[in-house]
Amino acid sequence: MTRASVNCGYLPLVDCAPLIIAKELSFAAQEGLELTLMKQPSWSALRDRLAFGHIDFAHMLSPMPVAMSLRLGGVASRIDALMVLSVNGTVVGVSADLNARMEATGWTNAFDDPQATSAALMEASGGRLRIGVPFPFSMHRMLLELWLQQAHGYDASTLDIVTVPPPQMAEAMRTGALDMFCVGEPWGSVAVGHSNASLILPGARIWQFAPEKVLGARHDWVSRNAHICYAMVRAIYKAAKWLDQPDNIPLAVDILARSQHLDLPDHAIDPALTHRLVTGLDLPPKRVGGFLEFHKGAANFPWRSQAAWIADRLAHWHGLDRDVAYETAGASFRSDVYRAALTPIGADLPGASYKTEGALHVPTAVASTKGQMILGPDQFFDGAVFDFCEGRVPK
Amino acid sequence: MVEHDQSKAREIIDALVDGGWTDVTVIASAEALERTLGQQDPDIILIDLANPDRDTLEHLGLVSNARGRPVAMFVDRTDEGMTQAAISAGLSAYVVDGLQKNRIKPVLETAIARFKMVAKMQSELDAAKQALSDRKTIDRAKGLLMRARKISEDEAYTLLRKTAMDQGRKVIDVATALVTAADLLQ
Repeated sequence: MTRASVNCGYLPLVDCAPLIIAKELSFAAQEGLELTLMKQPSWSALRDRLAFGHIDFAHMLSPMPVAMSLRLGGVASRIDALMVLSVNGTVVGVSADLNARMEATGWTNAFDDPQATSAALMEASGGRLRIGVPFPFSMHRMLLELWLQQAHGYDASTLDIVTVPPPQMAEAMRTGALDMFCVGEPWGSVAVGHSNASLILPGARIWQFAPEKVLGARHDWVSRNAHICYAMVRAIYKAAKWLDQPDNIPLAVDILARSQHLDLPDHAIDPALTHRLVTGLDLPPKRVGGFLEFHKGAANFPWRSQAAWIADRLAHWHGLDRDVAYETAGASFRSDVYRAALTPIGADLPGASYKTEGALHVPTAVASTKGQMILGPDQFFDGAVFDFCEGRVPK
Repeated sequence: MVEHDQSKAREIIDALVDGGWTDVTVIASAEALERTLGQQDPDIILIDLANPDRDTLEHLGLVSNARGRPVAMFVDRTDEGMTQAAISAGLSAYVVDGLQKNRIKPVLETAIARFKMVAKMQSELDAAKQALSDRKTIDRAKGLLMRARKISEDEAYTLLRKTAMDQGRKVIDVATALVTAADLLQ
């Protein structure tokens, strides 16, 4: 059997694990794909290469396909998200100096209290806060704004959100160029080790089920290469399912550290996969439930309502018509492709393609193609609920 | 030009100077980018495709209205296929590393010219979108008035216009205020 050659761009982050496992454990080969992973120097470069057809698939920040489909940013192109590669996995951290000032207000770092933490942050900051995120169109920036805008004493003019490439985040914290950051692993843990930063909140405590990375491809290419897309979705689905088995984690860390794709040592990969994070130098690791999910709770399903939530934020930033934005965004999350890829292998799939974002407080059974499946909690820290099925956004 | 490799920067500067383009500033990293953009207000920004600082530049472009400023990328010969795709996308100039020196200046000039054209089209498009969205709001305001006061569409519009004139405001501002108030009361 001849294999179809496909290439996939990625940025060296722990959450590209499903791609590396799909390649290294031959899930891609079993689906008839000769998969080449191509490391990219920046999200902009990855986006351009995908748009111009230099790569077939890409590991993308979940807001990127939506932003590109809405013609926002440097290169506009109709890009689809075929599946979600990972849910959650980001951390917010502050400089040692800011951490000390926050503690002086009487706050202690429980690493799970959004309200108390933002209140301490506002009280301690005393003026401008310069905050680094990896890209303007990122879940990091969306979660950060959602969280801080509701803080007691919030003042938009004192927040300076800037883009800093993740590998440079720790250094920018050390030199004082940044007071604070929101980034994906391993770069939060690296900032702790390198710059004595403190991690103050996991992104999962702002939104319990935030789609973080997606598998992107050009819309027209997807139509012309449907069977390659199905094979790729199946390969990654199987890799994600493998990564979800706790017994496989030590081996996964080993594979990720050894493969030439990440170029990270095992101690940098370990915290995200074991959900045990060291929040400050010399502190014991803290366990964070749901820190980074690859598969559990239908994590791979590209919910059209997740796309609509992202579009809601983008419409707010860029003054777009919300209804048009919801529609374009919903169409870019291809739950139809996902279903077509996985139905033949008997995967259990959600009955609906929209859900009410923020409504599940505990793991909940919902209708699925095989009866019932469990979805994980997806609450927002402030209790907000977004019901896009109705085309309305109750606050 | 954003480039930390001095010899590479030198090569491109030489080519630009040879072409009669002398006012070139080189910065090594993104940290200085924001300040430099503010001080220099360049006609065009040059950056390597593979430079990780591109994401920072992208963000600055969104916040500081660098839509009014073209960005050109230089790329490796290995990425040459991308040049054509990028140029046909009409958004950036991709300057292939090793491009003949006498070609750099015309390529960049074309990029600036094309950029200005696209920017003009974009601003026209924005204006059209704004007009469309204004009309939607005004239609909603008319509808509210028609229902509340049992008047015709023409009368509703006349009432909006008269109110705007009396208060020295724009029709769209009065309509927006009415729609907002109605949403609040619902």
